[in-house]
Amino acid sequence: MGPVILEIENLKKYFPVNKGIIFSKNVGMVKAVDGVSLSVFKGETFGLVGESGCGKSTTGRLILQLLKPTGGSIIFDGQDLTKLSREEMRQKRMEIQMIFQDPFASLNPRRTVREIVAEPLVIHNIGTSQERYKKVTELLEIVGLTSAHAERYPHEFSGGQRQRIGIARALALQPKLIVCDEPVSALDVSIQAQIINLLEELQQEFSLTFLFISHDLSVVKHICDRVAVMYLGRIVELAKYADLFDNPIHPYTKALLGSIPIRNPRLKKEREVLEGDVPSPLNPPSGCHFHTRCKYAQGICKTDSPVLKDYGNGHLAACHLY
Amino acid sequence: MSNELLRVTDLRTYFAAGPDPAKAVDGVTFSLNEGETLGIVGESGSGKSVTAMSIMRLIPNPPGKIVSGEIIFSGKNLLQLSEAAMRRIRGNEISMIFQDPMTALNPSFTIGNQIAEVIELHQKMTSKEAGKVAVEMLKMVGIPEAEERAKQYPHQFSGGMRQRAMIAMALSCKPKLLIADEPTTALDVTVQAQILNLMKKLQKELNTSIIMITHDLGVVAETCDYVAVMYAGRCVEYSDTVTLFDNPLHPYTWGLLASQPNLDSKEKQKLKTIKGNPPDLRNLPLGCNFAERCPHAQHICFEKEPQLSEIENNHLTACHFSKEWLSSRGEVS
Repeated sequence: MGPVILEIENLKKYFPVNKGIIFSKNVGMVKAVDGVSLSVFKGETFGLVGESGCGKSTTGRLILQLLKPTGGSIIFDGQDLTKLSREEMRQKRMEIQMIFQDPFASLNPRRTVREIVAEPLVIHNIGTSQERYKKVTELLEIVGLTSAHAERYPHEFSGGQRQRIGIARALALQPKLIVCDEPVSALDVSIQAQIINLLEELQQEFSLTFLFISHDLSVVKHICDRVAVMYLGRIVELAKYADLFDNPIHPYTKALLGSIPIRNPRLKKEREVLEGDVPSPLNPPSGCHFHTRCKYAQGICKTDSPVLKDYGNGHLAACHLY
Repeated sequence: MSNELLRVTDLRTYFAAGPDPAKAVDGVTFSLNEGETLGIVGESGSGKSVTAMSIMRLIPNPPGKIVSGEIIFSGKNLLQLSEAAMRRIRGNEISMIFQDPMTALNPSFTIGNQIAEVIELHQKMTSKEAGKVAVEMLKMVGIPEAEERAKQYPHQFSGGMRQRAMIAMALSCKPKLLIADEPTTALDVTVQAQILNLMKKLQKELNTSIIMITHDLGVVAETCDYVAVMYAGRCVEYSDTVTLFDNPLHPYTWGLLASQPNLDSKEKQKLKTIKGNPPDLRNLPLGCNFAERCPHAQHICFEKEPQLSEIENNHLTACHFSKEWLSSRGEVS
């Protein structure tokens, strides 16, 4: 394992909720991210999983400082990103890039592919226009497109090809860390496999570090080295992928793994299913956020929120039971 | 064996789009028995949803048109029924649930009202009685405090609750056939598990047949008795679920199975991919639609269209080399 490239300490993001139009007043806080701590090692793929609304995408956006955190620190390569000025952060973004979920919404429809991929280079004043021209062609070839594609517009491409364009753009500045926010969930399975393989090849070739945000556990198991499971803004379990999938500790992780449809028609068993929905993050349950749906919940779970404990081999879980 | 409820033969649905029509569904054949579940799998644009819409006769015309084929449901050919007769079947004998429950529900009527509307329309009941049945239905699909909930609007329901309400509405007239078009794709996994369990439970109680349209092979394995695999408007393989997973005989099915990461696999392997993209439906190739992406394609595949034919008992595929795959079982993949 390489050195730590990204260290997040007690990261918080609260969104105020206001009511009323004229005499608007604050009626509460949505604690989208509520004390998340994790470290990502250089060269690894770190997975962040959870159901919708658990704060995984917000965490990704906080890392790029697209949202200002309410509290906590984000140490990237020895520097606290939360303390940087706008201009310093803009420079820093050369090293951290993002790939978005929806390849239809993340590309400007009025720009050609060449303009889209060259934009990061233009913004950061890299190279002459001829050099940029060459660089774009090179990038497109890296992601499996050709220079013939460069003069076309995004609508002329299929979903998988657009995602390749988004990846080429993210690679343009040779970043160290790429935050991938659900990069394959909008794609069909056969195309999904192509993009996953491409990401893995690029990681090898350019020694990239990925923060991989996804709700699809089978994809996460395939691509990630370590995985953190989030529930209502907090990390409930964090471990190496093999430990997490083979020996989950937290009841939520167990339930999540148990809910995935199994691709074996001979196993027609009735599964254990979590009751109810994820509670509202506006008014999350006291103590352990999961106690309302947990069948092992005890008195202490309703009052005290559990902290992450180490169960050996870097396997962390936040549960009073163990 | 139970009775056949639905038989679709050589269904073709085209959409006018420029000089050449887009052949969204181009020769689909399958059948479904009472109380059983048929899965239709395939990628976007393979014609899964258009097949479902054709059965419901909900294809917007123009631009869409069912060009040929037969849809025999309980002995009647749905394609020859008048619009009025069809309206008596929709929601009554065949009903449908959709991927996104928020767009399928009307935001300006209460949930209870919307369910009662279906019941009032098809069963001779007063609105008061229908309202009571609607509450019963909400209870049946596991919505707590059903009386209160029936007075609420769709935006007050969570995603999983809305899908439950949709299921309540779809099953309110005890249909013989339920078409579920990606019913759990928009839901989180834990909620997906709840909804799939609910559908299985209700199917047993009401002996409804289900057509489950999905792209998730895990959902197919868990819920379906039979599977039809679609590619570019055609059914390329049809068999019972166990056979399809154990012994698929079409190269596209192999590709589909291999390209989804499997949660059970112990080691990390590179995913097998299907190279390229699906063909343009307005300009389909002369031979097999999959030939261009198929690693086993020969000359004949580019020249002659393979027909869906029975290779072994109740296992149909459309590939020129199915017989060879069958005899060399397990050696190619």
